This record gives sequence, structure tokens and C-alpha cells, in this order.
Amino acid sequence: MKSLKFILAGILFGIVMSKSEAISWFRIQEMFRFQSFHMYGIIGTAVVLGTLATFLIKKYKIRDYQGNPIVFTPKEKSVPRYLIGGTIFGLGWALTGACPGPMFVNLGFQYWAILVAIIGGLLGTYLYGVLRDRLPH
Amino acid sequence: MLELLRQPWPWYTSGAVIAFVMVLLLFFGKSFGFSSNLRTICSACGAGKHVKFFDFNWKSQIWNLLFLVGAIIGGFISAEFLSNGEAVQVSQATVQDLQQLGISKPEGIQPAEIFSLEALFTVRGFLVLLLGGFMIGFGSRYAGGCTSGHAISGLSNLQWPSLVAVVGFFIGGLITTFILLPLIF
Repeated sequence: MKSLKFILAGILFGIVMSKSEAISWFRIQEMFRFQSFHMYGIIGTAVVLGTLATFLIKKYKIRDYQGNPIVFTPKEKSVPRYLIGGTIFGLGWALTGACPGPMFVNLGFQYWAILVAIIGGLLGTYLYGVLRDRLPH
Repeated sequence: MLELLRQPWPWYTSGAVIAFVMVLLLFFGKSFGFSSNLRTICSACGAGKHVKFFDFNWKSQIWNLLFLVGAIIGGFISAEFLSNGEAVQVSQATVQDLQQLGISKPEGIQPAEIFSLEALFTVRGFLVLLLGGFMIGFGSRYAGGCTSGHAISGLSNLQWPSLVAVVGFFIGGLITTFILLPLIF
């Protein structure tokens, strides 16, 4: 049961990402060409509701199911790592039309070619780990 | 009911469910961020023996790997039981722009020019996916998160570093869309 809840949350995520077509290369292209509200609607709704939920959790000091306080760790204050890292991420996002979550949803959808992008993602992550100390952060 | 589920879902259902998943994970004592799974998998494969960045207790992240397994199952359920097999209804302007690049109009969810096995077994097709994935892996770890960690969790917590990351996502995405794709296709 302890593990099942995470699998179930993942299933819900996988279904909604595919049913709203957020895993589609075409939808990501449509977004980067500013030709439809669809992807902005998805992200926008998630952020507005997420902000409201985060605000309420902080305000009412809501605890998790084990009774521990829910903590939000602030991100480090730095610009280069977010700007450079983010830009590199964006280059890949528009090329494959998938970010890390949708990559795996696509795999379940049986677009087997995405396995190559997943392997690329692991190699990229590994190289970042190797070069980490030499990169501006 | 099943017919309704088989149709594509509107954006607001998706946005609401994504926010719900984020809150659910917070309630489970975790935080929503998908790309850290790539680091966890590297560690689980033994990368920690050679590179310090991967030398951490990856077993504490098994919950996120389970979430990943769920995402794969969710994609499978959608494809097998909740799909009516119709093409993605993207805007006419997008279809026309992409046709100029040589990408035919949608027949499913993904373009055959990139995701078919025929395309995969060409140098161009293989490199597009491999290098695209590579930049996603490298960039998301460099930026400390991807769409879920920054655009959803980070922005919801009003973190300006996440906004910087999202601006970066768009700079990169626009470069690929308007400069690289016309060169590649």
C-alpha cells in the first residue's frame, strides 16, 4: 500500500498527460509558435490552482498524512544556472516535443522511438554530474 | 461515459489534475519533480562509484521511480483503453507551418517523421531524439528541475529562480523552433 499510492498518482498523471495531448510533439510545437492557448491553459491552470493550494497549505500549516509539516525548500538564488540550464533544456524540449514526464508516458503509449530520447536524457544527466564542478552555477 | 473519456480532454481538466497530483505528492510528504528520476536511475546503475554527484542514497527516491512506473502505465492505459485513435487537433496555422518544414499533418499523437521506426533508423531521426533527450537530461539537472519541478511546483511556490528557468525553457524552445528545426528538416 505504501508503494501503491505513488504508482496510482503516476497513473493519474500519465493518463491526464496523454488525454490532454500534452505528450504530443505537435502540441509543443503549437505552443512554441504561439498558435494555440491549449498548452498555456494546461500550465496556467496548474500554476493558478497550485499557487492557491501552496498558499493554503502554508497559511493553515497543513501537515502530510504522517503528521509531519509540509515544507517548501526555497530554490538557491542564482541566475546563470537557471538561465543556461533552462535554455539547454528548452532546446531539447522543442526538439523531442517531450519533457521528462511525457517521455515516459510516451513509452507507455508505445512510441518506442522515445527510448532513444530517454537514453539521451540519462547520458545528459550523467555528463552534467561529471562536469558539475566546472560549470557556472 | 467511456466515450467521453475516449475523446481528448480539455486543457482545464489537465491543469486541474496536474495541480491535484502536485498536492497529493505534498500530502504524501514528497515534492513533484520528474527529472530527478534521471539522476536516481544513474545512481541506481552505479554512477556514484565514479561521480560524486550520483553518490547519494538513491533508495530514498524509490517513491519517485514508482511514480515514473505509474506514468508509463498511465500512458499504456490511455493508448489501449481510452483512445479513439484520432489525430491531434492542433491549429491550422501550426499544421501549415510544419508542412513547410516537411512534417505531414497529424495522423496520431506524434509525427511519423520523428517517431516512426523508419525515421528512427535514419541518422537524422536517431540524432534528433538522442541529442534532444541529451539536452533535456543535461539542462534539467543544470537548472535543477524540469517543467514539473520549476514551471509547476516552483512557480506555485512563487520562486523567482523557477521563473528564470521557465524563461530559459522558452529561449531554448524558440531557438529550436525557429532556427534549428528549419535547418534540420
